[in-house]
Amino acid sequence: MMRSILVSCLSGLLFGAGLVVSDMINPARVLAFLDVLGAWDPTLGFVMVGALFPMSIAWALVRRLGRRTIMGDTVIIPKGTPIDRKLIGGAAIFGVGWGLVGLCPGPALAALGLGEPSVWLFVAAMLMGIAARKVFARM
Amino acid sequence: MEIPDAWMNGLNGGVIIGVAAALLLLVNGRIAGISGIVSRLTPPEVFVTPRATRLTSLAFIVGLVSMPVLWKYISDAPQISVTDDLVTVIFGGFLVGIGTSLGNGCTSGHGVCGLSRGSLRSAVAVGVFIATAAITVTVMRHGLSGML
Repeated sequence: MMRSILVSCLSGLLFGAGLVVSDMINPARVLAFLDVLGAWDPTLGFVMVGALFPMSIAWALVRRLGRRTIMGDTVIIPKGTPIDRKLIGGAAIFGVGWGLVGLCPGPALAALGLGEPSVWLFVAAMLMGIAARKVFARM
Repeated sequence: MEIPDAWMNGLNGGVIIGVAAALLLLVNGRIAGISGIVSRLTPPEVFVTPRATRLTSLAFIVGLVSMPVLWKYISDAPQISVTDDLVTVIFGGFLVGIGTSLGNGCTSGHGVCGLSRGSLRSAVAVGVFIATAAITVTVMRHGLSGML
């Protein structure tokens, strides 16, 4: 248990460092990638390519271990639900919100401590959105 | 031709993000999908999240929030530029919350973890959210005429 908690914290620290180094913590940088008709900035593309390297190796290793971790525990893989309206609609709605501000969940949380009230409001609204969707889904 | 610093920083930062996600996957057996981690700590889902998952999710968030604050001891403090239009910020945040919850993932879950796994579902989600995000930015910055 303690090991899992420490590893999670270390992963979060590294994730935050990656967002800072790549400048993906900065909404202006993200919006510059999405502004395809403006002064297009491909940095976000480089970030995705960089992240796919270690993760592709990690998945190959997990497969070789028979869907297990290096500690021998089962890997929790997302359920193979179909490509449906929920997935596409959800992704479309997320994209609009992402494009409006330039923040997605990771960078929004990572930027919480940088003293920008806009980020605090964004995260509060995001939590409300998650809660509202879950409550609505139950009705 | 010289490669701009921003692109190299992007590649390096991306590798660090990938290592972070790989660590979580290889040792804890979990997907580094931030929207999922947040959702498991948000009511109503938090009430059914197992205690162990609550603790590991919280530990990840603590790390994620701490590092940019601690960065000033490593290098220059991160500088960000974000809109101060409150209506846009609140509306955008709300849509990101609803959308990632409905679509079961965001840039990290579908993007970093899903694409590297070769998930078709994630590839479709990434294509859709990048498209609607690019359309949104284009309409905001260049107006509807920019689309035509």
